Amino acid sequence: MATTATMSKRSLWGGGAVQPLKASYGKLMMWFFLVSDAFTFSGLLIAYAFLRWSAPAYNGDPEAFTFSTEYWPIPEKVYEAFPGFHGVELPLVFVGLMTFILILSSVTMVLAVEAGHRMDKKAVVKWMLWTIIGGFAFLSCQAWEWSHFISGTDTATISDVMVNGIWKENYEIFGANLTFNQYGPPAFAALFFFITGFHGFHVFSGVVLNVIIFFNAATGVYERRGHYEMVEKVGLYWHFVDLVWVFVFTFFYLI
Amino acid sequence: MEQATTNVQVQPVDKAKIWGIWKVALILAVVTGIEYVFAFQMEAGALRNVIFIGLTIVKAFYIVAEFMHLGHEVKGLVYSIILPMIFILWLIMALVNLEGAAIKDARGIVDYEGDGIEHVDEEH
Repeated sequence: MATTATMSKRSLWGGGAVQPLKASYGKLMMWFFLVSDAFTFSGLLIAYAFLRWSAPAYNGDPEAFTFSTEYWPIPEKVYEAFPGFHGVELPLVFVGLMTFILILSSVTMVLAVEAGHRMDKKAVVKWMLWTIIGGFAFLSCQAWEWSHFISGTDTATISDVMVNGIWKENYEIFGANLTFNQYGPPAFAALFFFITGFHGFHVFSGVVLNVIIFFNAATGVYERRGHYEMVEKVGLYWHFVDLVWVFVFTFFYLI
Repeated sequence: MEQATTNVQVQPVDKAKIWGIWKVALILAVVTGIEYVFAFQMEAGALRNVIFIGLTIVKAFYIVAEFMHLGHEVKGLVYSIILPMIFILWLIMALVNLEGAAIKDARGIVDYEGDGIEHVDEEH
């Protein structure tokens, strides 16, 4: 048949009719990328856990906990701020909201994929839009969290540090930078910036991909193509971002 | 050229499937809720960390198996993805638990025990 001939010529690049493991070329490659990306995050996780395990822990009374550069902080004492509630201790509430947003945006992504299977263009566009909104909401939350983390709390932590090449004793540390921070040892903030930053960058790339897919779906590219597999592939990436957050949430905010 | 589809038939919504998706989301939310209960009601320690990691793996299973659809792929694909991850987990546990503790010990790093309890190092 003429149509199948042109189809297979075009889709040779896409693996043709041969589908090892009964998954299309594009989906398999996305899975392999995700496995390699999981290795990257594992590397970060190993570095984090190794540094944390070998750092002095705080074994005193959690009620009497104060920040010090001498030991690793209790996470719920660090992450207890919420926009608009200055001075109110709300441990882990904001990060809970972020988790909730990311899980919801994962759900809307699954709904977009499901709508794609039914060739329902309107529903795909709708759910992709919600997924993009969820992604932006998460990124905004992270921007606020970072800015709060960097500017710090009202009370300074006193420690001896090097500032612009000059050794300063009993220096008042507010917030965090790449050399020292008020919450704990320098590695604490460095790892926070690196790991949540790397994850945030993944979320950002995911939002960019989602926007591209959203426009393609809205302009009918996938409808003309006859399938919405691109939504599935980008969906895999988006869920992976959610998956990484689940681990970051546990290892950074709970443990 | 790509084959252009002219007649697109929108298939009706399968209510059970949609409910299945929301059910997974509900499970994820409930497991996160349980994590919060442990975070606030239980004292920090090795046991609590194990519980957290266990619950994280439960959440990861639902995301990968249902949202990423891996639970419905052929076995070969499932294992080619899961097996490397299991080996990586093994590596993580070995590095963190054994090597991390050994390095801490070798460097002579002592934990902070709170005010009033001073560690006196006999050698100095």
